Amino acid sequence: MATKTEQQMVPLNGDEAVALAVKQSDVDVVAAYPITPQTIIVEKFSEYVANGEVDTEFVCVESEHSALAASLTASLTGARAFTATASAGLALMHEMVYVTAGCRAPVVMAVTNRALSAPINIHGDHSDVMAERDSGWIQLWAENAQETYDSIIQAFRIAEHKDLLTPVMVNLDGFWLSHTLENVNILPDEVVKKFVGTREFPFVTDTEGKQVPFKLDPNNPLTLGPLDLPDYYFEHKRQQEEAMHVAPKIIKEVHDEYAQLTGRSYGNAFVDAYCMEDAEIATVCLGSAAGTTKTVVDYLRSQGVKAGVLRIRTFRPIPWEDIITSLEGAKAIAVMDRSNSVGADGGPLFHEVRHLLYGSRGHPPVVDYIYGLGGRDMPPKTIHAIYKDLYDIASTGKVKHFVNFAGVRD
Amino acid sequence: MVTIRELAEKPELFTPGHRACAGCGPAIALRYITKALRGPTIITEATGCMEVVSTIYPYTAWKVPWVHTAFETAAANASGIEAAVKALKRKNLLKYDHVDVIALAGDGGTYDIGIQALSGAVERGHDFLYVLYDNEGYMNTGIQRSGGTPKGASTTTSPAGTIVPGKTQNKKPIAEIMLAHEIPYVATASIGYWADVIAKVQKGLAAEGPAFLHLLAPCPRGWRSDTAKSIELARLAVETCVFPLWEAVDGELAMSPQSKAIGLKPDRKKPVADYLKMQRRFSHLFTPKFQHIADEIQADVDKRWNKLLKNCNVSPAVKV
Repeated sequence: MATKTEQQMVPLNGDEAVALAVKQSDVDVVAAYPITPQTIIVEKFSEYVANGEVDTEFVCVESEHSALAASLTASLTGARAFTATASAGLALMHEMVYVTAGCRAPVVMAVTNRALSAPINIHGDHSDVMAERDSGWIQLWAENAQETYDSIIQAFRIAEHKDLLTPVMVNLDGFWLSHTLENVNILPDEVVKKFVGTREFPFVTDTEGKQVPFKLDPNNPLTLGPLDLPDYYFEHKRQQEEAMHVAPKIIKEVHDEYAQLTGRSYGNAFVDAYCMEDAEIATVCLGSAAGTTKTVVDYLRSQGVKAGVLRIRTFRPIPWEDIITSLEGAKAIAVMDRSNSVGADGGPLFHEVRHLLYGSRGHPPVVDYIYGLGGRDMPPKTIHAIYKDLYDIASTGKVKHFVNFAGVRD
Repeated sequence: MVTIRELAEKPELFTPGHRACAGCGPAIALRYITKALRGPTIITEATGCMEVVSTIYPYTAWKVPWVHTAFETAAANASGIEAAVKALKRKNLLKYDHVDVIALAGDGGTYDIGIQALSGAVERGHDFLYVLYDNEGYMNTGIQRSGGTPKGASTTTSPAGTIVPGKTQNKKPIAEIMLAHEIPYVATASIGYWADVIAKVQKGLAAEGPAFLHLLAPCPRGWRSDTAKSIELARLAVETCVFPLWEAVDGELAMSPQSKAIGLKPDRKKPVADYLKMQRRFSHLFTPKFQHIADEIQADVDKRWNKLLKNCNVSPAVKV
């Protein structure tokens, strides 16, 4: 087991933390296209290339669609591949997001979460990535720049694990994380390189019955991305689901090994349960909102209120057991959605959490608060008001509105 | 130049048993292309006829590493493969001295949905050969028009009706568009001339940087032509100057021998009608109502041919 390594504290914003983690992870190919608020990642990486600090092949493509298409085939050729995007860029990639997962290409992608048009808006919310929930990628969500850095490094190990071969997205909130300077503890280059290691390839049977490495290799030709008709397609899509059942073990192993190395862990790798042991009222959220919410919880606890917050760190595969276990004892729960599923009576996170709790022991009432769209701030007082609502629900057992909008003009 | 005997002795890397139609021009194109390979190669192919007929899981016709991801991605995929090869080579993680990268796409994947990725990839200067196998329509999905469908052709989305004479627009000058990108090698070829195709594929692979080959490949289903006449049609396209053969090495434009021979001896130039009449997609042009379209096509062909003769400095040989 590795021992804790000496680290250096440096000021980095979230995007810079991503670029640095990619630089240190010995990535072979980066294919990317700049888009606010992800641009710093691409700019920073371009500087590394210009100054000879990496021997990565950097492909500055003409669109996000090509960014992922190139990352995907680079990965299938045997390279460690990375890309990054946001908002409209992710939407343009949408087709390739599914193809990458279906081809079992272990690409790692940073998504600097931003609102979708129209109206056009460059600020942070989760609308972009919520459209990719069903695509077959593993999704890690960072609360701060430090976690962004740590998660990128872990993501390569997870994606490329030969029992998994599933792409990983690391989500960071646009501007709140991407452009906000924080103190970040960084590992020495050689430690990261060793931790990530070199790619290993599982062996598959070729058409002649020979065992060959799963990649595009002239000596061992494989046909990848073929036409799959009703007689096999279903099995292949089922295999992606099977991989998601293997994923938690690998995510946990990598997270725990990294924790040994750095002294940093994020909950149990799947959920970060803050003051949840005896919580009577609780919120559930993703990303940077957890930081502010934890401050509000601290205040409520000081007032004798049994409040807690559950931050979901691994959103895909959804840590269903952890979510149920953490929440089923509460008397009222609010899900905080930084995106809306228009016309679906609530945001996507609400649907998922409520679905999981439907069969739980306590069957607590779950309400939804859609907040922060297009970069609208979520100050402590708005969060405090949500806990106040939860307190009322817990006391009376009555829910006025299941779906609410927090911080919006009526 | 390669001999037919040498060619026969080379292994078949695009193997029989695929599900292409009888008389399929693109399938012949792939056989030529794979016969022209010079060493370790990775092929990426856009969604389209040849992807569909050659890789129905769990079967494959390919004995070359091959990957398909989407319709508009052939050039972007080639960029990724080439970048990976370079990076792995630099890090001593690749056991080959060199790997050739070929992107294959039909006219839909090139003229239309894939042109952005293609333009971007060649602007970035990736070392790869892009082969457009042009069967002049979305044939795999039932014969819809593309930017490569010629004027007057009836397709299911440009049907010849009582008012509209099939497709009303000309074929996009794709090879000239690629030439304007100032890349090391651009050529046109027709499956009617196997030795020329193979020579041009080899030149494209040898070029340092992006190479583009526009390869005409008749489709009996879409062209409504006799399945036994695909090669004949592919030659007639050249003999009528509908599809002249040329190449540009480092931007230096030169006519290939098959077309140059016509340029030197104009009496060898056959009427476009000979070519059109063999294809029922043009049959409506030979009715009184739309005959003027056939005349327009001949005029368009003559105009483009004369421009090419001028650009290639080819003029009829003076009779002594």
